[in-house]
Amino acid sequence: MEGLIHQIISGIATGGIYASVALALVMIYQATHHINFAQGEMATFSTYITLLFINMGMPYWVAFFAAVAVSFAAGVAIERILIRPMANAPVLSAVGVFVGLLLIVNSLSGWFFDFTIKQFPTPFPDKPLFGGFISGHQLGSTGVTVAVLVAVYLFFRHTSLGLAMRAAALNPVSSRLVGVRVGWMLALGWGLAAAIGSVAGCMVAPIVFLDPNMMAGILLYAFAGALLGGIDSPLGAVLGGFAVGIIENLGGAYLVGTELKLTLALVIIVTVLTIKPSGLLGRTVLSRV
Amino acid sequence: MRNSWLVAAFVAFATIYPTAVFSDYHLFQATMVLVYGVAILGMAILVGFNGQISLGHGAFYAIGAYTTAILMASWNVPYWVTIPISAVVCAGFGFLIGLPALRLAGHYLALTTFALAVAIPQILKHRWFEDWTGGVQGLVIDKPDAPFGLKLSSDQWLYLFTMFVAVLMYLFAWNLTRGRIGRAMRAIRDQATAAEAMGINLAMVKTRTFAVSAMYTGVAGSLGAIAVAFVAPDSFSVFLSITLFVGLCAGGAASIGGTLVGAVFIEFVPNLADKVSKAAPGAVYGVILIAMLFLMPVGAGGFLAGIWRKIVGQRAG
Repeated sequence: MEGLIHQIISGIATGGIYASVALALVMIYQATHHINFAQGEMATFSTYITLLFINMGMPYWVAFFAAVAVSFAAGVAIERILIRPMANAPVLSAVGVFVGLLLIVNSLSGWFFDFTIKQFPTPFPDKPLFGGFISGHQLGSTGVTVAVLVAVYLFFRHTSLGLAMRAAALNPVSSRLVGVRVGWMLALGWGLAAAIGSVAGCMVAPIVFLDPNMMAGILLYAFAGALLGGIDSPLGAVLGGFAVGIIENLGGAYLVGTELKLTLALVIIVTVLTIKPSGLLGRTVLSRV
Repeated sequence: MRNSWLVAAFVAFATIYPTAVFSDYHLFQATMVLVYGVAILGMAILVGFNGQISLGHGAFYAIGAYTTAILMASWNVPYWVTIPISAVVCAGFGFLIGLPALRLAGHYLALTTFALAVAIPQILKHRWFEDWTGGVQGLVIDKPDAPFGLKLSSDQWLYLFTMFVAVLMYLFAWNLTRGRIGRAMRAIRDQATAAEAMGINLAMVKTRTFAVSAMYTGVAGSLGAIAVAFVAPDSFSVFLSITLFVGLCAGGAASIGGTLVGAVFIEFVPNLADKVSKAAPGAVYGVILIAMLFLMPVGAGGFLAGIWRKIVGQRAG
């Protein structure tokens, strides 16, 4: 029983990270109807930037927020330079651009920061809390993740910029008519997604260690989470991310063992897509022909 | 085709000249170009002609390679017998994966196949299959020698053998894509609803295209395993799938000749870029992939085909 509770709690902790990445994916999907295959590599690169700032002597939180800002700017720049021209291209070209971006960012990580596995510091006290059920880092990173999710929710619900971004994603033509600068809203969405990815990267790096391919598996779980919750529903993506975290931990502990954890993500993806492609909270898309 | 003698002459030249002149290492590289060509051809049939995007063909390549390696290592099956067996096995897997893919289009299919590609090394390493697959260490197989007492090195013989299989596969693909089924495949790609209204059985054509595509890439995997004489789970990581995808885009998705351009690209560009930095091949791939999509949306194959049509005065289409 104690083991079960332990597995669920660490499932929630990793699930929070999947939820953040899933939220970043959903933000880009909602705005552009593209799935960003490079999301994980972008987050890894942001984590390297954080480490670079820390090694330059900045305190952890200063480095953290500086890296978030850099990631935001990089996300906006990527959208403006690479994604904008592909807005009306066929799906194959769009997927190709994302794959190209994945390759470039991945090898830049390796090129600038080399391929050795690095330790990444955690700002939280590294001791077990509440009778050993949860480590300081798990509690802290879950707290940070939840804070990010709440902040994103408040931003979209209660600020006029958030409203404009939602409008641009939902109905670009009408939004443009009422004076929303749709292009910039999409770029801001990319920036936000990159910033959220950067937070997720910094929170997961102390657990899995930092190397250029750190996020490959995590991206897969985030895909699974986003699909489980519904790829066009931010709330669904968050819940799906937490659910996948718990499923992954319980499945790894009691069902398939750690060697097949990635296959579990594949099974979740295929199951969701074949049984309920719109996910738990997503809208069913009907198209007229 | 009016210029078929030209193609035949080119194939004859490409068969004889490297065998006679190239060193063993260069012959190995040429063999791998053919192997990648067949693998990318499998993707071209699916992605280019049928419009189903796959980022996971490395998985079929791995299944083909492992089928051959297991048959050769555990049951001493001759290498040339393993090729048709591996074709059947991979077509079966392709058909099975094609079934859920029926309900998925565009990004979702890309996502699912991407997940397959990420997961496949873990499955190959798993202890349930370890007795056959050799686990993390993989399997070592013997390079076949030339039969009938021919005075050829094993690399020379392998090149000839691979060339023979590749020519068969290309001929088959050429006829397939230009016949009734090929037209049905392209009709589904361009306008699925209209194709169905014309009486094309969408589900049947799509799943069978998936099976044929997986068969091609699987046969390439078998040939590759024989040429390299070694298989291990980590040679079939997600980057293999991405590499094949890059080759496809470089050559042009719906171009049969272009697959060879793509194969040459993925065989030689990493070697050149490796001299700059260990990380450079990825960056060069990425930059060239994006540049191709921006500047040459039809791929090098489509680009060259346009020039070819101008030279021989054939009309487009």
